[in-house]
Amino acid sequence: MSAPTSIALRGSYRIADEMLFDGVALTMPAGEWSCLLGRSGVGKSTILRLILGLETAGQFEGTIAAGDGKPIGGRASYMAQSDLLLPWLSLRENVVLGVRLRGERPDFDKADAMIAQVGLTDDHAKKPGALSGGMRQRAALARTLMEDCPIVLLDEPFSALDAGTRADMQDLAARVLAGRTVLLVTHDPAEACRLGHHVNVLSATGIAHWPVPESAPIRGVDDPELLHTQASLLSHLRGAA
Amino acid sequence: MTRGWYPLGAGLLGLGLWQAVVWITGAPHFILPDPWRVAKVGFENRALIAEHTLITATEVALGLLIGSLLGALTAIQLAASPRLARLTLPMLVFTQAVPVFALAPILTVWLGYGMASKIAMAVLIIYFPVTSAFHDGLTRVPPALLDLAETMGASPSQIMRRIRIPHALPSLASGLKLAAVYAPIGAVIGEWVGSSKGLGYLMLLANGRAKVDLMFASLIALAVLTVVLHKAVSLLAQRLTEFSRFA
Repeated sequence: MSAPTSIALRGSYRIADEMLFDGVALTMPAGEWSCLLGRSGVGKSTILRLILGLETAGQFEGTIAAGDGKPIGGRASYMAQSDLLLPWLSLRENVVLGVRLRGERPDFDKADAMIAQVGLTDDHAKKPGALSGGMRQRAALARTLMEDCPIVLLDEPFSALDAGTRADMQDLAARVLAGRTVLLVTHDPAEACRLGHHVNVLSATGIAHWPVPESAPIRGVDDPELLHTQASLLSHLRGAA
Repeated sequence: MTRGWYPLGAGLLGLGLWQAVVWITGAPHFILPDPWRVAKVGFENRALIAEHTLITATEVALGLLIGSLLGALTAIQLAASPRLARLTLPMLVFTQAVPVFALAPILTVWLGYGMASKIAMAVLIIYFPVTSAFHDGLTRVPPALLDLAETMGASPSQIMRRIRIPHALPSLASGLKLAAVYAPIGAVIGEWVGSSKGLGYLMLLANGRAKVDLMFASLIALAVLTVVLHKAVSLLAQRLTEFSRFA
């Protein structure tokens, strides 16, 4: 993996003539987790798509740049709420999908190491249909790790999991993605406060930085300061239109 | 009764109804022969029927193979180039508005009385269903999957090969199942319009000589051919579907 870099996004976004957000300034410091929260439809996923260089419905005016001045494309990997595993491929073949799609020869030793990191070694030959939801999301995480990108963009990757599995996945993701520049789009204030070095709340008028507990992530689920922070963040989100 | 017996039961029921109609109406055998007579005539003419069945089966199989290949390749091409698809799809739909039956005479003029014109008929009749079904599948890949592939730096041809085609195999399977039923229709129409071989020819010949029993026997041979073909293609289709869903 190349050295992590910071990313800064500044600008406004409109769909047709309607402004979705304006005056947004989001900075993702290098090698740390930045979380992005906000009401549904406020444009969280749009920001993630813009950074990834994916097609969006409207127009963005502004700048998106990496701190080291190099392009972001090719250095960012993506993980979505749905695991997006191909049902006809084994877990191991799914993990090397990116390599295959670039027409390169897969390094299966490396793939097996990634599969071991997410604890699925015994299941590497199984098809996704034979895995539970949590295992599938771990497989998707192994596929993300295989890409070995310094920038990782996560779009609510844990939101479909049950509470226990979600907490396990958060621990796992925090461990294996440490040292990368991560943007986590999430609906869950508890998740943001557990994982984020930085928590940002997006609204139509811009981004507010929410103070996080002083302890370093990943924070214990029973950390009193965490519980206090997530409660006040939730109140804020309920108040924000 | 286990499931395997149902088709046999259905067949016996059909034969019983047929026999009942013959008894009730008292139709003479040159109008409506009874099942037993058809079976007897069919057995006596087994070599003749087998010879013509083989011809029709060859036409249908080649038509199915060529038509499916052409249809699948067209679908991939159209899916790879949406602009081409926007231009070509209306044209394809328009050609479907021309009844294939109406093209049979001209195909016979162009390709002669041999197998080629019948194969062409079968190809024409199945080309559109295969193209349309497969194209639908190729263009209905979940967008998030394509986004993921894009962030991985995939080329369009790799996305086609590794994601879109495998994902669309169940759709191709539906198209092929339709094609298996349509292809014999195309071949037989071709034979009616002009030929000296095949089940369609034999049926016309028998009909013209008031050998309705032989015509029925040929018709049954054609039906059996279609059912066997449909069954074979269904098995293949099931394999294709299972591949991309669970396998």
